[in-house]
Amino acid sequence: MYRYDEFDRRFLEERVAQYRGQVARRLNGQLTEEEFRPLRLRNGLYLQLHAYMLRVSIPYGTLSAEQVRMLAHVARKYDRGYGHFTTRQNIQYNWIKLDETPDLLADLATVEMHGIQTSGNCIRNITSDPFAGVAIDEIEDPRPYCEIIRQWSTLHPEFSWLPRKFKIAVSAALQDRAAVHVHDIGLYLKRSEAGEVGFEVLVGGGLGRTPIVGKVLRDFIPVRHLLSYLEAILRVYNAYGRRDNIYKARIKILVQALGVEKMRDAVEAEWAAMDHTPLDLAEETVAAIVRQFAPPAYAAAGADDEAALAASVEADADFARWVRHNVFPHKQPGYAVVTISLKPLGRPPGDASAEQLDLIADLSETHGFSEVRVTHEQNLVLPDVRRGDLAALYRALAAAGLGASNIGLASDIIACPGLDYCSLANARSIPVAERLGEHLAAREEEIGPMKIKISGCINACGHHHVGHIGILGVDKNGEEFYQITVGGSADENAAIGGIVGKAVPSEGVNGAVDKLLDVYMRLREDGEELPATYRRVGAEPFKEAVYGAV
Amino acid sequence: MVLYKNGAVVTDPWRHLEDDEDLPQVGPVTISWKRWLSERGSIARDPAELGVRAPNTVTAAEIGADAHRFGLIALFFPNFGDGRAFSQARVLRSRFGFTGELRATGSVLRDLLQFMQRCGIDAFEVSPRAIEENWFAALSEFDLFYQPAADNRPWIARQRLGATP
Repeated sequence: MYRYDEFDRRFLEERVAQYRGQVARRLNGQLTEEEFRPLRLRNGLYLQLHAYMLRVSIPYGTLSAEQVRMLAHVARKYDRGYGHFTTRQNIQYNWIKLDETPDLLADLATVEMHGIQTSGNCIRNITSDPFAGVAIDEIEDPRPYCEIIRQWSTLHPEFSWLPRKFKIAVSAALQDRAAVHVHDIGLYLKRSEAGEVGFEVLVGGGLGRTPIVGKVLRDFIPVRHLLSYLEAILRVYNAYGRRDNIYKARIKILVQALGVEKMRDAVEAEWAAMDHTPLDLAEETVAAIVRQFAPPAYAAAGADDEAALAASVEADADFARWVRHNVFPHKQPGYAVVTISLKPLGRPPGDASAEQLDLIADLSETHGFSEVRVTHEQNLVLPDVRRGDLAALYRALAAAGLGASNIGLASDIIACPGLDYCSLANARSIPVAERLGEHLAAREEEIGPMKIKISGCINACGHHHVGHIGILGVDKNGEEFYQITVGGSADENAAIGGIVGKAVPSEGVNGAVDKLLDVYMRLREDGEELPATYRRVGAEPFKEAVYGAV
Repeated sequence: MVLYKNGAVVTDPWRHLEDDEDLPQVGPVTISWKRWLSERGSIARDPAELGVRAPNTVTAAEIGADAHRFGLIALFFPNFGDGRAFSQARVLRSRFGFTGELRATGSVLRDLLQFMQRCGIDAFEVSPRAIEENWFAALSEFDLFYQPAADNRPWIARQRLGATP
């Protein structure tokens, strides 16, 4: 993985010193809260319902064991002993004190971490495939390009005060595990016929109040020109994106208003007019970063590994279930990719305690190369586990409450923090997720792959629009109701779910979801996931199931 | 207001004319962009003595086409979050080669100064509180940068290819 050099370290020290000064100016009254707000936001600090919340950046979801231990330390020293992983592959702490934040960020800086641009109207954390570098369906590791974009976008002097936040995702595999279609810019790595690495560029995807699937802006931009092309897009957006209404300010609204053809013309004209030379990536620059992501020293598969694994699967039904759902193929023979579920039944999705984080750091060393990934579905990944070690790993995880075997199933629910924490929320998300997960767990294997996503307000941090089943909390005269959508998808066939009818009260959610699942299971054809069934049969059977004849 | 340029607080030599004020025979003056659009055919003035105050809704290309006529372009930051003038500045310097004064006006706050400077702004119109609170230290808060801009300073990707930091 990428390790900081002297430049990165010094830069981050300068950033911590700057922030320390900003907090001091806030505390001595030189800065009003209004003036301080945009500054703290750009270091990931929000003011929430009960306390400050700090969002720590995890670039493209990749962590070292040392960094995971630091996250545990932060949870213990500055929070209440736990942290919450988010749909941006970041981690949030919900009980932070303002005067402690400079020390907190200084602690993070010792392990090359920070909260830079995890909030504010700027280019946010670059997200990617949590299986990057180990996936069997990958064209090439996308992380070096994420790192190149991360560096370029860090404190960009021209694009730090955009109309609205700006999210870039990169994927390099056939299966899209990074929700590339619902980002402001989505990049799919591909090779030209001549073998040159580059990207298909999508623009204008997003969720929130106006969910839109991104559109292709350019079929291929060679890596060499990646940054200048991104600058052209950002410059067009900075000039023409709306600033009169924050709900109309994302680039998707600009693309919608202009149409993708005019957007393309504007970007291409800007790109043609600018001098690319300073931004063109030198081959050595790319190669040096690619080298940092070189595969680790994998061992040959043990002769008895497969037999031992088969025996453990045979002997232990719980382990067998975990292998079915949480273990994924690895491009290196003898290895597996393991997803650790942070969705135990009846617990807030995405939470991890300091003790669990310490354990996961240890396990990443025992069973891997000291690396952990964060998924946008709020789980963690150990990317390099020897197949012969899977049983031992499972026992260690299960003993710490990390043995949930539900990846990709109905109880693997994405949920935002909701009204329990968030000042924007209209309704609670976490208790709804907890109850629904517990309710569906008994039949989730029968249901099969199922993505349920819950947001506590229209800002859609829980990605409800792209859930196979999406649940959106709304406020009706002070009471929490939930609007249900069906048929959404965040993968390479991205789609926005359709609303099935009027919102239901909190206690009606489980029943309504049951009915939708019954329809899906009755109508699905071989191996069909819910979005495919929905595309084929339409919304009517689902509407009818929940609301009666229509 | 206080004007900061070239490392010092300076007296503003420019007169900023209202649209109904006549242009004086001599002396540096600025006029509004709107006035420039309606009178540019009849204004024949040494660029050293003509400046324009551009709103942030005019494209950099539009200003850039006339930039050679001006000795000063004043850009406007209506509030902390509206970053359109950063792009105007950078394009005026990098694409149109504007070498006159680029002045930041409006909501020019301490924590924006280094971003502005990197985009090519070289004069800052700020509140008097900038002096007592030593805002100008912010211009050197960072000495390492991850991307090229309009200030011709080295950036990290290039530094890595050559010298040590």
